[in-house]
Amino acid sequence: MRILVVGGGTGGTIVANNLARRLSAEIRSRRVRITMLSASDRHMYQPGLLYVAFGQMTPDQLYRDQASLLEGAIDFHVDPAVQFQLDQNKVITQSGKVYEYDILVMATGSRIVPEQVPGLVEGAETFYTEATAVKMFKRLREMQEGTVAVVVGVPHKCPIAPVELVFGLHDYFKARGIRDKIKIKYHYPIGRIHTIKEVATWAKPEFDRMGIEYETLFNVSEVDVKNKVVRSEEGTETQYDMLIAIPPHRGMEVIETNRLGEGGWIPTDRFKLTMNGHDNVFVVGDTTNLPVSKTGSAAHFQAEVIAENIASMIKIGTPVRDYDGKVYCFIETGHDSATYAMFNYQNPPDLKPPSKPMHWFKMSYNQMYWTSVRGLL
Amino acid sequence: MSDTKIVDARDTFCPGPLMELITHMKQSSVGDTLELLSTDEGSGADVPEWVNKVGHEIISNEKIDGVWHIKIRKAK
Repeated sequence: MRILVVGGGTGGTIVANNLARRLSAEIRSRRVRITMLSASDRHMYQPGLLYVAFGQMTPDQLYRDQASLLEGAIDFHVDPAVQFQLDQNKVITQSGKVYEYDILVMATGSRIVPEQVPGLVEGAETFYTEATAVKMFKRLREMQEGTVAVVVGVPHKCPIAPVELVFGLHDYFKARGIRDKIKIKYHYPIGRIHTIKEVATWAKPEFDRMGIEYETLFNVSEVDVKNKVVRSEEGTETQYDMLIAIPPHRGMEVIETNRLGEGGWIPTDRFKLTMNGHDNVFVVGDTTNLPVSKTGSAAHFQAEVIAENIASMIKIGTPVRDYDGKVYCFIETGHDSATYAMFNYQNPPDLKPPSKPMHWFKMSYNQMYWTSVRGLL
Repeated sequence: MSDTKIVDARDTFCPGPLMELITHMKQSSVGDTLELLSTDEGSGADVPEWVNKVGHEIISNEKIDGVWHIKIRKAK
């Protein structure tokens, strides 16, 4: 049985490690082989980018060698997939190698596409890459007064990030003693300040208390870099001195070029996590088209289901459980407090008051991630 | 005009039905029709509010067996 995992991010790594442990006997007896293909020899802890943008972490703290995170039995290659021949159970890589599989796990992730909004690349700061997070922090340090506008592209990874960013901005400028000279204006695509009703209900009075202005039903359409104005599809505009964008995302280009899913998102069964029409192809994390948060947390819980089901298919001939839509998101509510949102397909989140211990837990998790992605936590 | 595209956002809290609809609207062409399925009680009002503000067109909006079925035509 040949299991091929394409992608070495959170989802792919947890699937591969979990499988390697569940199937250790089968791997030793050469009845099972696990191969991983990735575009990089490094693994980034992406949630850390927000801390980089506030000068609380440095980029080198975000990385580990991918090989060091994988169980020894996993055959790992830095050789990204370029062509998928699903009807023949084959994947062709950049180097020209052909990988045949019996079970394929698609874990290619997502990418930012700020270029889809005219002016956004030139006019906005963002923190979704190492370079732009560092640049954003340098711009924040230069700010002495004026308006910081926050805009949110759709769809975007980590739906909690917009509110975490705003709370972080408030605390950052407060710590510098210039909060009264900075106007923070937040713009959000739908008719409340966060897509999760419970988060919006909780955050609105917090925004009011902190003096944060907000405009809802604002889908960024263009940035007039010269005049420092950001405009919305809904016909409104905001003048800014510093613009920070949560950039819109798409699935990876290789998914689009292989016509595996519109927007680069693969059509996926929300319970089985298999690609529609392909029972031997599993899809995890950002790669899916599921109406589920694009977060490492969702990828983690999905990866556990996928690994358990693949292992049970090999051992007893059938998958054993469905994905229930579980997501658990920390919400940093400033630089010294946090809460969390946990929900699934059937149960909405029940937000608890922010606390310092929850912030410390999040800070601990920033290190515990490396244990988690190894599949040990 | 292409066939109606179904956006199944039932039983989802994040990113939620309207955010899902906006994602699919961005991937669609002018003239396309999308049908949003939502179990969020607020969708019956929230979705038309956005659609009307941005200038798309509501074709129909009805609740059947606890599920909102909202058809929208992309106008711009």
